[in-house]
Amino acid sequence: MRAGPLDYLARWPLRLWLALVGLFLYLPLVSLVVFSFNDSRRISVWRGFSLGWYRTLFEDGELVAAFGNSLVIAAASTLISLVLGTAAAILLWRFRFAGKAALEATLGLPVVVPEICLGVAFLVFFTAVVPWPTELPWPLNLGAIIIAHASFSFSFVALVVRARLASFDPALAEAARDLGAGEWAIFRDIMVPHLVPGLVAGALLAFTLSLDDFVITFFTSGPDTITFPIKVYSMVRFSVTPAVNAASTLLILLTAALTALALWLQGADIAKQAAA
Amino acid sequence: MNGNAPTQRPAQAPGVFAAVGLPPIIWLLALFLAPLAVIWAYSFGENRTLVDIAITGNWANYARALKPLYLAILMKSLGFAALTTLICFILGLPVALAISFASPRGKLLLLLAVMLPFWTNLLVRTYALMAILRTEGLINAGLGAVWNALAVPLDADPFTPLPLINNNFAVVLGLVYVHLPFMVLPLYAALDRLDRSLIEASLDLGAGHLATLWRVVVPLALPGIVSGVIITFIPALGAYLTPDLLGGTSSQMIANVIERQFRSANDWPFGAALSFLLMYMTFAALLLQAFIRRRSEAAR
Repeated sequence: MRAGPLDYLARWPLRLWLALVGLFLYLPLVSLVVFSFNDSRRISVWRGFSLGWYRTLFEDGELVAAFGNSLVIAAASTLISLVLGTAAAILLWRFRFAGKAALEATLGLPVVVPEICLGVAFLVFFTAVVPWPTELPWPLNLGAIIIAHASFSFSFVALVVRARLASFDPALAEAARDLGAGEWAIFRDIMVPHLVPGLVAGALLAFTLSLDDFVITFFTSGPDTITFPIKVYSMVRFSVTPAVNAASTLLILLTAALTALALWLQGADIAKQAAA
Repeated sequence: MNGNAPTQRPAQAPGVFAAVGLPPIIWLLALFLAPLAVIWAYSFGENRTLVDIAITGNWANYARALKPLYLAILMKSLGFAALTTLICFILGLPVALAISFASPRGKLLLLLAVMLPFWTNLLVRTYALMAILRTEGLINAGLGAVWNALAVPLDADPFTPLPLINNNFAVVLGLVYVHLPFMVLPLYAALDRLDRSLIEASLDLGAGHLATLWRVVVPLALPGIVSGVIITFIPALGAYLTPDLLGGTSSQMIANVIERQFRSANDWPFGAALSFLLMYMTFAALLLQAFIRRRSEAAR
């Protein structure tokens, strides 16, 4: 069968181009994962399969502690972002008030302000303006990082929740109000069930943003508050061994799992809407 | 945004307004805008002692940022970001075109393939690139093996590894690697909405594929191209990690200079001025995008 004029995918120059771009995008990542299983200190000559580098990681107390820190920071900042982001989304969806445009613009800032600017702003804020005590017991010593993460991720949550609110039928809330439900009951029993997919997607987004963040954490973390990416960065600076590859592979797996979960939940949601 | 949203006045439900309004507004003011405001104030200050900064209201830090040494780094950052954006566009346009002409299933797979590296941690991606570009990395090892196999019969010199890392080349390559999905996705969104019959008409009337691409597709997809360009340019301009890990001493960008002022050089006021210059450049790029979008909408 001859390809039609618009069957661009059947043309060899475009196929070659796609293959080359694919190679460019995937060669580094695939080689990273493959050499994490290398039975040698080198990361470009294959010597045989081994899980030894993963064992090294689990025996590295500092790395395990950093991983724990990352999870606690991500969980706490997700919780804060979820509450603040949902509140902001409802505020903007339900009310018309002076300064609304300014608030919307400010909420959009964390998405566009360069990370380095936010990073140094939090560094100065938590050292010179409101010094975060360094002697606090774990996990309170992570407070500054949690606050910084929540500050930039809650606007992402607000965006996602607001998009979901657009499909909320206000007549449902009206009906409940006519039947005597209070504001809290309406929120808990009618709005939240509708918002669940948006809340889950927003939470996963906030969790991934926090877990992935390097630049902002780099400026707010101290010697006792190392996160997983910060630890991996110092490993990269110090030496390039398959241990770094193994740590990176774990991080890839974790983010991929979270993203797949988010996509799957959203896909299920879209399917449900299409079926209804 | 949506037609059915109830738009109440705060006075109609003051309790609800306070409950959903105060937490995010107070948080934004105290823990987002306040840190930025402090930096902004510092950018007009000067160091008295190591930790004591007086806000004197002078422009000396900005003037210093425009001296040749720093102006060169500023220009270099702009140049790197522009070059990155251009390469991403050239690499990404055919990819976006291919995705938009694929079957629904192919579309999903190709989009997923573009997004997958994008979801991977930035540090991990940069390290992955670093690992294959090094002198002992995969690329040099591979090239070396091929070269040395050919060198024996041809009696050529043994392979000398190519300098692929710690230079400007590596920084731009790294920026392209990291930002390519930022370009492909908006381009795809614009191309997917395109009226196919216009492309067919152009081909029927005798224009070649490249002429059609350049004179029909690109003008029609211009708003999407502008978004792609801006969305790629902004993060590339403020990149810290890529030049830090892949660059040499002479390929540092503005974010690296900012970091140095806060961590090693301890000149917070100057670092603050530099970070606000970076922020102003970001806002200028966003304004340009809004301006072009408005003009193209008005032209319709």
